[in-house]
Amino acid sequence: MTKSLFLSNLILAIIWVMATGTLTEENFIFGLIIGFAILGIITYKKEERKYFTVIPKFFAFIAFVLWEITKANFQSARESFYSKSRLEPAIVKVPLDAKTDLEISFLANLISLTPGTLIMDVSDDKKVIYVHVMHLLDKEEFIKETKQKFEKPLLELMR
Amino acid sequence: MKDILIMILSTFGALFILSSSIGLLRKPDIFLRISVTGKASTLGIGLILVSTALFFNNYSVTTRVVAIILFLFITISIGGHLLARAAYIIKTPIWKGTKIDDLAGQYDDVTHELYSEKHHSSIKPDPTDNI
Repeated sequence: MTKSLFLSNLILAIIWVMATGTLTEENFIFGLIIGFAILGIITYKKEERKYFTVIPKFFAFIAFVLWEITKANFQSARESFYSKSRLEPAIVKVPLDAKTDLEISFLANLISLTPGTLIMDVSDDKKVIYVHVMHLLDKEEFIKETKQKFEKPLLELMR
Repeated sequence: MKDILIMILSTFGALFILSSSIGLLRKPDIFLRISVTGKASTLGIGLILVSTALFFNNYSVTTRVVAIILFLFITISIGGHLLARAAYIIKTPIWKGTKIDDLAGQYDDVTHELYSEKHHSSIKPDPTDNI
């Protein structure tokens, strides 16, 4: 359902571009937004309305990930100047809620891109991942934070 | 105005890459080195590429820059993951300051299958205090 709504959105945008007669990227994006609004007005079935909650969440999530990546870079740039005594590395086992291969690979990439963490491996039965952490203060706290911050919004988007 | 923005972006990019190379020298073992280099260089290269796109101010250059940054973000994390896994399996020495090692003994000796429950085998990196 989401796919067909997305296609209708694209077609509406193309019609908008043809009707206005100016093929620029700004006009196309404006057409997409107008198509999104029109579809939001005419779609009334509850199961079809999922598209209109997923798209804003998707963009919010992308912004959040970009912010996390920037933060990660600043932190690891600062950490390169730390002396050895301030390092507290550890390899931690994190249980997974994600089930399919696609969900796990997205989650693993996401964790790899954020501050001081590195994916070591996924277990063969897909139940846990092993994460190398640069600064581990509290094991339980770290596991909880990872699941709250990354896994929950990601699974909400993908399911 | 544009010149100043390009200068700021490329300077920050170069500084990030410098910091990651200093990290490469200072960190005690391979896992920390992968952690430091992978991340700081993504933003460094990303900033330099963005300043390139601003400098040329050209549609085809900009689309290529976006594609390069996208592939960079995808591939660097995969590369780091594979390097870390290979280093662990061939028993590269791990720094002795490592607090917890949940991975110790979880790999099967012969098949390199990874278990999620407790499992005992001999793959376990030797502690080291070198450098």
